[in-house]
Amino acid sequence: MTEHNEHPWSRRLFLQQGVTLASLAATTPLFIERSARGVMLPLGSLVSSQAGVPEDRVLVVVQLGGGNDGLNTVVPYGSDDYYRLRPQLAIQAPGRDNGALAIDGSDGIGLNPAMGGFKELMDEGVAGIVQGVGYPNPNRSHFSSMDIWHTADPDGKNNGWIGRYFDNTCSGTPNPEAGVAIGRQAPLAMQGESQLPVSFERAELFRWMGTDMDPKLEDPYEQIARTNHVGPVEEDRSQNAFLKRTTLDARVSSDKVRKAVARSPLVTYPNSNLAGQLRMVGAMIRAELPTRVYYVTLGGFDTHANQAGQHARLLEQVGNALNAFYRDLQAQGNNGRVMTMVFSEFGRRVAQNGSSGTDHGTAAPMYFVGDMVRPGLMGTHPSLTRLDEGDLIHNADFRTIYASVLEDWMGTNSNTILGGKWKTESLLREG
Amino acid sequence: MSTTSLKKINPRTFDYWKAQHLLNRAGFGGKPAQVLALRNRGSEDAVDYLLDFKKVKEEPVRADQFDSSIMQPRSEADRRSFRQARQSGNEAALERYRTMRQDRQRADRRQMATIQDWWLERMIETPRPLQEKLTLFWHGHFATGYRPVEDSYHMFLQNQFFREHGAGNFKDDLVQGIIRNPAMIKYLNNNQNNRDSPNENLARELMELFTLGEGQGYTEDDIKEGARTLTGYTFRDDEFQFNARNHDENSKRIFGRGGNWNGDDFVELIFSRPSASRFICEKLYRYFVNDAPGGFTKAQESVLRKMSKTLVQSKWELKPVLRQLFLSEHFYDEENHGACIKSPTQLVVQCIRSLHTPARNLRKLNEACGFMGQSLFNPPSVKGWEGGRKWINTSTLFIRQNTALYLLTGRDEQARPWDVAKADFSARHLVEHLDGISGRDTVRDGVVYLLRFAHSVPPDEDRVQQWVAYVNERGGRLDEPTLLNLLALITAAPEYQLC
Repeated sequence: MTEHNEHPWSRRLFLQQGVTLASLAATTPLFIERSARGVMLPLGSLVSSQAGVPEDRVLVVVQLGGGNDGLNTVVPYGSDDYYRLRPQLAIQAPGRDNGALAIDGSDGIGLNPAMGGFKELMDEGVAGIVQGVGYPNPNRSHFSSMDIWHTADPDGKNNGWIGRYFDNTCSGTPNPEAGVAIGRQAPLAMQGESQLPVSFERAELFRWMGTDMDPKLEDPYEQIARTNHVGPVEEDRSQNAFLKRTTLDARVSSDKVRKAVARSPLVTYPNSNLAGQLRMVGAMIRAELPTRVYYVTLGGFDTHANQAGQHARLLEQVGNALNAFYRDLQAQGNNGRVMTMVFSEFGRRVAQNGSSGTDHGTAAPMYFVGDMVRPGLMGTHPSLTRLDEGDLIHNADFRTIYASVLEDWMGTNSNTILGGKWKTESLLREG
Repeated sequence: MSTTSLKKINPRTFDYWKAQHLLNRAGFGGKPAQVLALRNRGSEDAVDYLLDFKKVKEEPVRADQFDSSIMQPRSEADRRSFRQARQSGNEAALERYRTMRQDRQRADRRQMATIQDWWLERMIETPRPLQEKLTLFWHGHFATGYRPVEDSYHMFLQNQFFREHGAGNFKDDLVQGIIRNPAMIKYLNNNQNNRDSPNENLARELMELFTLGEGQGYTEDDIKEGARTLTGYTFRDDEFQFNARNHDENSKRIFGRGGNWNGDDFVELIFSRPSASRFICEKLYRYFVNDAPGGFTKAQESVLRKMSKTLVQSKWELKPVLRQLFLSEHFYDEENHGACIKSPTQLVVQCIRSLHTPARNLRKLNEACGFMGQSLFNPPSVKGWEGGRKWINTSTLFIRQNTALYLLTGRDEQARPWDVAKADFSARHLVEHLDGISGRDTVRDGVVYLLRFAHSVPPDEDRVQQWVAYVNERGGRLDEPTLLNLLALITAAPEYQLC
């Protein structure tokens, strides 16, 4: 990792201020130090080039696992080919029974009727869709394609793009909670060189379980974490000192996360998997955790058979969860500083298969929510007549989308992170 | 700062704790009785015993241990009819092929999980701990991930290759072998490296990650020319195959020398570079001695120089280097005790081997290792696992603590309530030898001993006092329930992550 001088927490400065900080670090975990001083994550002097992007901005990534059917989410109801290739599965035009939801100002393209929650955000001008996102030589394996999206590398053999973002922007001491993933395993996307992201499935599992065995272990366990004989200078070379500090960090951040999540939210969330995860994210944002990127995951989109009902239920869950999350942020007054990005590893084939489902395909839309997001439809819908062996041809490479997220929202140069110059248009609205 | 060197330790100083240090680092730790047995051999014998592991009897691994046929390529007839189906747009037939392929992939993922469990069990049970420890080292060094390879049997064969040559010759066995290894060839796309369109992936990583180190004594042109020497190095079924038709027969220029080199020559040329011995010694040093971040100290630099020299003098044989290291003053320097952070695999295997807990459920343990950041056969990238502090953050720390708790009690977060009576683990064997010594404070002795035994570093006095007080509050006896509680605390302490 490189060290920048201007970085307020660079190790060099840390050592210069050794005397005062040493006494502080001996009793206070890094985590608290930062919050106590009201410092958000020390991302140096990163300022977005885009006007109006706040300093303390947050990115929330929603992963739809299994390959979401883009064509039945953003519906090309103006296309005859769509109805010809999907005789049973196609969503009807707006106005028909259970027809698509019309999108203002767009001709022939609507939203799946189950996406009402998302549509409402679009109508308010705080949600947008990028159409036809993919990459060359599409890989139709769930695992490989997901790896490609996570690494932003055509071979899927690099570390994660968000992880590399942290590597590039956080110098010196790693930030314990820069990235938080809901789930048992940290996603590859968040893994960089310097540190693993924090991940937990439920807040109540983000703790030591020994007190369940014997509640009387609480006190001696507490003493373990509070034992202090650690200074930042020793930590430079002593693994023991490093572990003692991290144990204290873990203890404090476990308390803080569990306390944050235990608070009832300002709005009612639906009772669904995704809504539950976003509720936790909302609670952590509200508690001002110093987290830059949150990551949540919903699976089940691999709809090979009898797709219609199953897919509608999933989209309803997504739309309503995103809606409740945005309302929560509004009630908190945090809606201006959070952007949500939704993606899936691929779309599905244009033609339905023999079991009223769809098989693994290629390009698909991405969805964004946030006050600064350019609202409505972005890009062009992929052609349904010009196909590649029955699959859509992408109009936008996902790395150009990542580039805009990194440059315009996160305020960093995307070239090193994405291994080349990918930046084209901005996802954010003007000024 | 340490001033010790690779000078041999005085055999008389090889005590119980040094023997344990050796067993932790050159293996996965052991019970008190095993540590004692190693100590009684004396330093030279102990190191030879661990290092000449092929002399120790162990059930051999059979080639038919796992099914080699799951991902075998389709027959010629099958391929022909698949092509026909594609040309004629026979959707039903294509669908059938797709389903067949998905079924095979599913079966192969199942077998990969079985192989994961098999390897973990081997690490737990083996009488040759250093062999498995080296297998794990080479898996991280020549990192190959299952997903792009998509053939569990090839991953198994590669694992066997590391097991066979782990302490062999670095150049002739390991590096010459890895450029012929089907899983590696697939992983780094060398099966697509041919005369007309060279693929540089293997040539690049061969120098950058496997031998010389990034930017150490080679240029981008050396990579390009090196890739040409490796053209035609591919595999068929489970074996290496040299495809002469795809091999570039023209002259190449590498490190300023011209010749009609092939891949084998390329390896020889790499090993003629002065930097060739340094990089691998650094990695061995971080794995076995000290993985604290930052640059090397003067003393460490001198150790690394001597290790490199030994490696070159032994013509790339690994045993002399490891023997010298494991017998050196430097290896046993107090500063190098507890100077490594346990990998997730080390944490799990050492917990079982040293505290002698039941192995519980191998599948769950492998999953836990994945949650802690080390899924066997799935390194995050071709760079392998970074190791050291990279293993630790606030969430993996809790998973580490709770995994140890699971091993001690058999209870995981899904099972409520606790039933300690069913824990089926007795910790008495750890402190038995302290019984019946008269005139001693057995509680204090027991706490001090357990802390030292489990923590790899001498215990802090305030820790000792805290837990002596805790035991005394509970009646002042080291009975089973108290020992279990004490071990729950010991494994939750930060020092438990040290090796």
